[in-house]
Amino acid sequence: MADNKLDIKAFLDKDEQKDLLRLLTAGSVDDGKSTLIGRLLFDSKKLYEDQLDALERDSKRVGNAGEHIDYALLLDGLKAEREQGITIDVAYRYFSTNGRKFIIADTPGHEQYTRNMITGGSTANLAIILVDARTGVITQTRRHTFLVSLLGIKHVVLAVNKMDLVDFSEERFNEIVADYKKFVTPLGIPDVNCIPLSALDGDNVVDKSERTPWYKGISLLDFLETVHIDNDHNFADFRFPVQYVLRPNLDFRGFCGKVASGIVRKGDTVMALPSGKTSKVKSIVTYDGELDYAFPPQSVTLTLEDEIDVSRGEMLVHPDNLPTVDRNFEAMMVWMDEEPMDINKSFFIKQTTNLSRTRIDTIKYKVDVNTMEHLSLENGQLTKETLPLQLNQIARVVLTTAKELFFDPYKKNKSCGSFILIDPITNNTSAVGMIIDRVEMKDMSDTEDVPVLDMTKLGIVPEHYEAVEKAVKELERQGFAVRLIK
Amino acid sequence: MEEYKLSHLKELEAESIHIIREVAAEFENPVMLYSIGKDSSVMVRLAEKAFAPGKVPFPLMHIDSKWKFKEMIQFRDEYAKKYGWNLIVESNMEAFQAGVGPFTHGSKVHTDLMKTQALLQALDKYKFDAAFGGARRDEEKSRAKERIFSFRDKFHQWDPKNQRPELWDIYNARVHKGESIRVFPISNWTELDIWQYIRLENIPIVPLYYAKERPVINLDGNIIMADDERLPEKYRDQIEMKMVRFRTLGCWPLTGAVESGAATIEEIVEEMMTTTKSERTTRVIDFDQEGSMEQKKREGYF
Repeated sequence: MADNKLDIKAFLDKDEQKDLLRLLTAGSVDDGKSTLIGRLLFDSKKLYEDQLDALERDSKRVGNAGEHIDYALLLDGLKAEREQGITIDVAYRYFSTNGRKFIIADTPGHEQYTRNMITGGSTANLAIILVDARTGVITQTRRHTFLVSLLGIKHVVLAVNKMDLVDFSEERFNEIVADYKKFVTPLGIPDVNCIPLSALDGDNVVDKSERTPWYKGISLLDFLETVHIDNDHNFADFRFPVQYVLRPNLDFRGFCGKVASGIVRKGDTVMALPSGKTSKVKSIVTYDGELDYAFPPQSVTLTLEDEIDVSRGEMLVHPDNLPTVDRNFEAMMVWMDEEPMDINKSFFIKQTTNLSRTRIDTIKYKVDVNTMEHLSLENGQLTKETLPLQLNQIARVVLTTAKELFFDPYKKNKSCGSFILIDPITNNTSAVGMIIDRVEMKDMSDTEDVPVLDMTKLGIVPEHYEAVEKAVKELERQGFAVRLIK
Repeated sequence: MEEYKLSHLKELEAESIHIIREVAAEFENPVMLYSIGKDSSVMVRLAEKAFAPGKVPFPLMHIDSKWKFKEMIQFRDEYAKKYGWNLIVESNMEAFQAGVGPFTHGSKVHTDLMKTQALLQALDKYKFDAAFGGARRDEEKSRAKERIFSFRDKFHQWDPKNQRPELWDIYNARVHKGESIRVFPISNWTELDIWQYIRLENIPIVPLYYAKERPVINLDGNIIMADDERLPEKYRDQIEMKMVRFRTLGCWPLTGAVESGAATIEEIVEEMMTTTKSERTTRVIDFDQEGSMEQKKREGYF
């Protein structure tokens, strides 16, 4: 008994040190995705007996896996899905191995649900893309891979499933890999691995299979356990979007937030954006004591040596490493709303903790996710009527925001290059985007500026400037920019 | 050399703190729902962490079904006092005075009136626009598909087919008057993560989680504790003393105990690692009808 107790303590101590890998699985109903996830959960002993009982019962009743346990029944949680036999939304699954914890975002494969795959993939370190060995790389594979590259996921596993149905043929596997490589290379995903497997029988899922002696790589689970993800964060460019200002008493003013990127140390000189005022980091406060330095994705509270005014939506950075500060930028945008884009509408944009109003300046081109073709007004593939984005469509756009945003290209910095658009009437998240870069004012098609308040012209006397500035600042916080002239 | 790496627990903690602060910053009138269970206890500690050294800027609310274990109520009051929380306690008094309870009305009616309706009444009474809940996605299948910021319409209903897309760590907090968001800051924690965190952070939990000799009866295969005098007469001669503990806490007549000798967190984890029953099997209400959790969630239950 004493030994046993020691074991559990050792287990917990080890468990405490595990890191976390978030992964996305993409594939169609027929690729055996649910079976693969079911097996990962099953073989890592996550399924409890009562869930298994229910599963066996349901498999016999409504299963689609013949003699085998139908894992899909376990994963497809919502009643509507059980009835339709498809996964309609992102579902999150959890399992762990000796070295790592995993969060799986399980997303459906069919076209109308691109938005769910984008949702599931936004936080993923790694994507598993399933193909059926019999059909190989199909339109859907290309679509999923394109979306994965758009989201900046750095690690991709092409899981060539159902190898049992092609007699574990090396030739067939190589053919699929060659096909895939041709397509994936130009997308610039840094780490791509291809693994032959049979999810149903378990070949190369947890253990290496004897039925693929020609395969020199490791099993899927081994790969997931060992893939190096430490460098997936940006540690170079310090960005600290202020989330909440903490003032428990007159002596303490802390700026709460999550380190979006880079590293901050006690004593560092920091600059507040947009004011440009600088100060030094006095302390990095947490409930568990002060830290000497902080890095992403830690949530901390910074205090500064000087009393400078910083509010939510503003940003602390190192003065020698600034983000882009601009109101005009280009982005890849995915339309997530059932309601098509109204190109004349003004939306709310949320980027880091910053909220502003925005309008769509230009739609440069749409991307056909099946062929990667660019469709635009110029090449005649779009008309004025087909230009506005519809659900699941992707386009390169130029946006203009009411106030300046502090951003980096998404490729360099996910946290500071991503945004959502919110419909001001329905409050739906209408679109999501990944910033490419700023756009010069001269390249904007619409150069209409923000409203101007000229205080001298209006006869406002200087003693009221502070009050007006305060009001303008509050408007800005709510997303309405006004240019103030003294 | 400096390490820029977080353990999974530290990463989950950072994520939860970020979510909690986002709510405090974006909503006018948030509240943290407190079930007194282990998950709630972790969530409450995360809120304390998010605003340290300051005070948490929103209240804690417990929906008291009037059938909670006595030890839960005692724990709740002591904890709130010790850590300086503003605690709100609300019940469906109308139903309570009408004598609604699990023995007389069955688990379905009791749960609907004393939990779901009581919660909805309280949310309307205080006009909260955001309510934190301690649900985890690994608990149950329909929860696995719910967003962290989960939109509720004017009738507090959840529409699983029409959820707002949720990407990166950018949460859409915009609601119209009367609508609200349920926020689940520990969505990504597993049962083991919760225990591990309680252990590492020394978070106080209700003693019912630890094994002890307790007076119990066998009720349709569930081990039910005789917690107060409202246990119907007919069961009283069946009471026996058993070493039991609870894996989840709720209304005492609806929460089954497990026979166990686990009296420390290490022993609980050990039991969990070797157990063959998942956590929610001790919840009588989940088995009322097919897809029953999803149904309850649509109606406004957590």
